[in-house]
Amino acid sequence: MSGADRDQALRVSLLQRSELWRAATARARRLAHGRTADAADAAQMADDYRLLAHDLARVRRLMPATRTREYLEAAYARAHATLYRGAWHPGYALLNLFRDEIPQVVSGLRFHILWASVIFVLTVLAGYWLVHAYPDLIGLFASPDLVTTVERGQLWTEGLLNVVPSSVLSLQILTNNIVVSLFAYCAGFLFGLGTLYILGLNGLMLGAIFAFTSLHGLGDDLLRFIVAHGCVEISVMCLSGAAGAAVGEALIRPTHASRMESFRIAAMRSGKLLLACVLLLVGSGIIEGFVSPNPDFPLWTRLVIGAGYWLFMVAVLRGWLFRRSAGSHASRAAQRLILRKDRLLE
Amino acid sequence: MGRTPGLVVDSVTGVDLSLPVAGPGARAFAFLIDWHLRAIVCIAWYVVAALIYNRRWSLATPLNPDTTWFVFVVAPPAAIYFLYHFILEVAMHGRTPGKRMAGVHIVTRDGAPPSVGALLTRNVFRLVDSLPLFYGVGLVMTMLTSDHVRVGDVAAGTLLVYDHTDATLLDRLHADSWGGKLDAPAAEVVHELLRRWSALDVDARRRLALEVLVRYGHETTGSAASTHPDDESSLRRRLQELVRGGTA
Repeated sequence: MSGADRDQALRVSLLQRSELWRAATARARRLAHGRTADAADAAQMADDYRLLAHDLARVRRLMPATRTREYLEAAYARAHATLYRGAWHPGYALLNLFRDEIPQVVSGLRFHILWASVIFVLTVLAGYWLVHAYPDLIGLFASPDLVTTVERGQLWTEGLLNVVPSSVLSLQILTNNIVVSLFAYCAGFLFGLGTLYILGLNGLMLGAIFAFTSLHGLGDDLLRFIVAHGCVEISVMCLSGAAGAAVGEALIRPTHASRMESFRIAAMRSGKLLLACVLLLVGSGIIEGFVSPNPDFPLWTRLVIGAGYWLFMVAVLRGWLFRRSAGSHASRAAQRLILRKDRLLE
Repeated sequence: MGRTPGLVVDSVTGVDLSLPVAGPGARAFAFLIDWHLRAIVCIAWYVVAALIYNRRWSLATPLNPDTTWFVFVVAPPAAIYFLYHFILEVAMHGRTPGKRMAGVHIVTRDGAPPSVGALLTRNVFRLVDSLPLFYGVGLVMTMLTSDHVRVGDVAAGTLLVYDHTDATLLDRLHADSWGGKLDAPAAEVVHELLRRWSALDVDARRRLALEVLVRYGHETTGSAASTHPDDESSLRRRLQELVRGGTA
């Protein structure tokens, strides 16, 4: 039997399996769009995958430029996607995120958080000093309306609830804060410079406005306004900055095979922290809309709310809220194994 | 057949998986469709909700908008606009209506559907990709990178590949009808012509049959064209003989 005859016989035998290919494609499509109660049906998918791989390898050699090959490439890709689709357990994923992953990220970013906080505090002090020494510079940091209002001896926050309802105010504030927080993270892509800019600008603005209101005898009023929501809001700003700095550092000093790979791993890892930040900012926005502008809340209530919410934030970030039971030694061992596997994969 | 460049993924079977990567054109096409869809939905929501809220033929914002206005008229379109991609990509396993129409979908670098975390990261980085205007950074990135990825894709480890929706197996392409001298592509052409015979215009199928007979049946132009114009059944029979390995 010549080589050509053998190839022809192989082609014929391959094409006789076309019904199997169709069945495999139909099964992959069915399994990709829902769950199956039939374990045998799901197990058959693995056999289909091997069948398609085997036949595709032969078709690539024997019938390279054909629709048969294109069909098999598609069927193989579909089977691959179906087999490798991750399990969908949103409840467990969220629990795992808040119990294990976020505390792990926070622990890994502790130096970034420290440095972001130091930079933020320094820029607050710098802004305070600048405007305290040269009050005219407030024009660089605040709008003319805000400056005029403060010069009249009023805080712009007074009577805020007469203009906008609390719910709307909350929505506007939390949207704005979330966007700033996400920008601080994403701007890390510019080798961390964007994050540094956003952190610095916000710090300068805060310091400058505090200095300006103090010059007009309104510093205490501003502190009273800020204390309930500001503790968490400012902390989240530093956390977002830390996440962005980690992304920037991954580009400057890659720790993996390539700069892009290093960037991807840093972005995916520190991005988990952003989810906690966004949720915390929602709470912070609600406080800022309902509590902070409301003169009925005395200072001690504001202090309790501010400190309490900040402690809640710490508990979330440290994983204390969803701590495992003390006796689950086996689960801790499993967790260590997972962490070790993750490190190996990275 | 293959559109390049392609993502080649090593598989446990030893047979690599080949996925054609979508370029800036397909990406922009998908984005434009999605943009129009969400714009239409957002505008429609606003118009209907504002008319209901105002209780007259006016879409204007009230002088003193209350919570109801923001919660029912303003917030839903804003949420649809900003969460459109993320929610649909999660729900449709890496697709959106625009991507489906453009024939592309998102995969990870190992060819699997992306996780929720990857999709979230990918969409958060739209903040960077959309700078300074009209997705300028994203567009330039897709033109410059070898895999045509934007910053969000790099961060999430994803890329866009073409679907194989046009890949169909010929119904009649089985062993009994393929034992002839034709090579595989030629056999497919003849099968395809025979499959579509009745759907084709009379002149078109006659012209195509003659071309196929000349090219694959080793007939001369003269002998093939000498068939009587009305004798279509003869042409069809000769094509069937050709594919079965007989003399055409």
